[in-house]
Amino acid sequence: MARVVVDVMLKPEILDPQGQAVQRALPRLGFDGISDVRQGKRFELEVEGPVDEAALARIHDLAESFLANTVIEDFTVKIEEVAEAVK
Amino acid sequence: MSRTPLDTVEHAAATPDVELPWAELGLKKDEYERVVEILGRRPTGAELAMYSVMWSEHCSYKSSKVHLRQFGEKAPQSDALLVGIGENAGVVDVGQGYAVTFKVESHNHPSYVEPYQGAATGVGGIVRDIIAMGARPVAVVDPLRFGAADHPDTKRVLPGVVAGIGGYGNCLGLPNIGGEVVFDACYQGNPLVNAGAIGVMRHEDIHLAKASGAGNKVILYGARTGGDGIGGASILASETFDDAKPSKRPAVQVGDPFQEKLLIECTLEAFKEKLVVGIQDLGAAGLSCATSELASNGSGGMRVTLDDVPLRDSTLSPEEILMSESQERMCAVVEPEKVDRFLEICDKWDVIATVIGEVTDGDRLEIYWHGGKIVDVDPRTVAHDGPVYERPYARPSWQDELQADDANKLPRPGTSEELKQQVLQLVSSPNQASKKWITSQYDHFVQGNTVLAQPEDSGMIRIDEETGLGVAIATDGNGRYAKLDPYAGAQLALSEAYRNVATTGAKPLAVSDCLNFGSPEDPAVMWQFAEAIRGLADACQQLGTPVTGGNVSLYNQTGEAAIHPTPVVAVLGVIDDVARRTPVAFQEEGQLLYLLGDTREEFGGSAWSQVVHDHLGGLPPKVDLERERLLAEILISASRDGMIDSAHDLSDGGLIQAVVESALLGGKGARLVVPDGLDACTFLFSESAGRAVVAVPRSEELRFNDMCGARGLPVTRIGVVDGDSVELQGEFELSLEELRTAHEETIPALLK
Repeated sequence: MARVVVDVMLKPEILDPQGQAVQRALPRLGFDGISDVRQGKRFELEVEGPVDEAALARIHDLAESFLANTVIEDFTVKIEEVAEAVK
Repeated sequence: MSRTPLDTVEHAAATPDVELPWAELGLKKDEYERVVEILGRRPTGAELAMYSVMWSEHCSYKSSKVHLRQFGEKAPQSDALLVGIGENAGVVDVGQGYAVTFKVESHNHPSYVEPYQGAATGVGGIVRDIIAMGARPVAVVDPLRFGAADHPDTKRVLPGVVAGIGGYGNCLGLPNIGGEVVFDACYQGNPLVNAGAIGVMRHEDIHLAKASGAGNKVILYGARTGGDGIGGASILASETFDDAKPSKRPAVQVGDPFQEKLLIECTLEAFKEKLVVGIQDLGAAGLSCATSELASNGSGGMRVTLDDVPLRDSTLSPEEILMSESQERMCAVVEPEKVDRFLEICDKWDVIATVIGEVTDGDRLEIYWHGGKIVDVDPRTVAHDGPVYERPYARPSWQDELQADDANKLPRPGTSEELKQQVLQLVSSPNQASKKWITSQYDHFVQGNTVLAQPEDSGMIRIDEETGLGVAIATDGNGRYAKLDPYAGAQLALSEAYRNVATTGAKPLAVSDCLNFGSPEDPAVMWQFAEAIRGLADACQQLGTPVTGGNVSLYNQTGEAAIHPTPVVAVLGVIDDVARRTPVAFQEEGQLLYLLGDTREEFGGSAWSQVVHDHLGGLPPKVDLERERLLAEILISASRDGMIDSAHDLSDGGLIQAVVESALLGGKGARLVVPDGLDACTFLFSESAGRAVVAVPRSEELRFNDMCGARGLPVTRIGVVDGDSVELQGEFELSLEELRTAHEETIPALLK
């Protein structure tokens, strides 16, 4: 079985209040040297059957219409091999 | 990567032949030529950016200005008006040393593109207008219009808009106390998201948007400037949506209510210490608007160093910085010796603040970038001397036909059973059904001063705990009436809001309006617009309630199809003691129900004609402003002297809609009798204006009748509060349970 990962990020020009809150908190907590933080969402989809082009197209559709708000967000779709049960 | 040389003023003068993308920025050819004429050379890229956003329809009111003048010319003499049209928001004296500022604005196009953020930043923008006057925001209201309730796109837009308003307002800790929700197919693709806010201050705290005193510093504070909403003003708000150009879509702003909350507290603290000479919020057209308006309203010029603007994205060009509509920013003018203290306060609230320039002796607005002068203009030419169009207007050819299609000739219910079914059909129709699903997503009672909120006739806020002084606000607008007759429709919107304020016991004082129309380039739409303004200005003059400000939203149309002309009118009123308010809900069984005013056969544009017959035609109800004034006086006196225990204004849906709402809210039924001389259908469904239903305790019956008689207001006893059903004698009886199901399940079912 394969896993498909959809990463959703706010577009670069869009304000990210959550990321900013994290960034402001970092130096307060003693973590220096971080100049910017952007926060996004990661979806892990367990796919039934083979992850062929048709399946990816379907996932692309669902990501575009449901997982991401493409007016303000970008997304990427990638396949992640799931390690088989340990020997 | 090769770098083009910085387009400075010198560079522009030396390279007159460089082609600039004025058309892409929304300027027309003759407008661009005027810019060249004003400057005596081609504009720099930055100057072009400023002119293009400031001369857009949204910022310059170029199509509407010639008509809007009537609000000033016909303004009634009012002692209550402290600040009128032209500032960020109007200010009204409400007594006891308090002043109240309020305004309604539109955020229609952004809310269609991105419902949540569009509606949220709409709330943010109107709240900053209130802060900019020196007031503490105390409440918001949201008049909304969506496409057909069962259209799939309504399911996308409505929940997003409602969540956005709730999310932003709730985070700010502002109660949402009023507004409306209307569905009509004409708003498909052009939903109307209007947002209003009220703020309270002491008289001496009023602040204005002007930059005076050479040497005073210009401070930009709040959020960093990013690439969001660039060109929003010129591109998003001022052109018709065109499916062929999806590139316009990303001009969306994202709001941060917690930043705005800090901005409110920080600004109010600076006001309290008298650190601010002039102030302006950054809304549409961002820094272009703030710098040019502050400078042109003040006595001198202004010099700004754009390099000092804190950025979220270091790759932004100066043009983009000037046009960015990043939210939660404000611009203050502060005397040099007070700058340190101002910055200290900002630091305390964790608000980024930077001196970006200063007020100068001259009369030029000069902006520098990387050492070069990229803007050198007379700020008045940017802010105030935009183009003014006398757009052609003409009564549309279909108007006569529409008005001739008389709704009074529609078939009436023939049997009692049919009448009963029509009542159920009406109270369960999307426009008449309970909006609890929507309004329950807003916080009504935060801050603990909310006296009345939806579904009351007006929202009411207590502003002084000791004396009980309060203010009430109602927003109304009926696009169906305005389509049938824009002049009367605008007056009916004012009449209804005025009546709603009075029904709760408050005295109407002043008006703000949000005028939503189609494309001004269509003479029929322009006629509707001109008529609506003429109607509203005439009516405000007669009722003595001046228009204090507002906004115009044009181009609400897709292709040829414009929305119904929709003037939304907000009326602000004052009540000496909020304990004397009158609620909608029936309070006690046995109280007598009186109908105030005259009922005529008036079905044109009515909810009944829409729900039962899917019809729009004829003439809207007759306007009688003197009657509205008399009715308001009676309602206010009766409330003050404790003569009535509940009152509800009659508007869309007519008498039965009002009675059902009062009954359901109070959990007490009513027995009604059709008065002599009326048929049951007219009695229940007619929408004659200037009417209200009141519940009078038996002990007050005589006094109440005497008062109405002495002042010449027609009153008709129509029944009694009683039982757990609404009964029309000899016709039908509907249990409260049955009515509640019909009334309350519609909206949740549609949006499931």
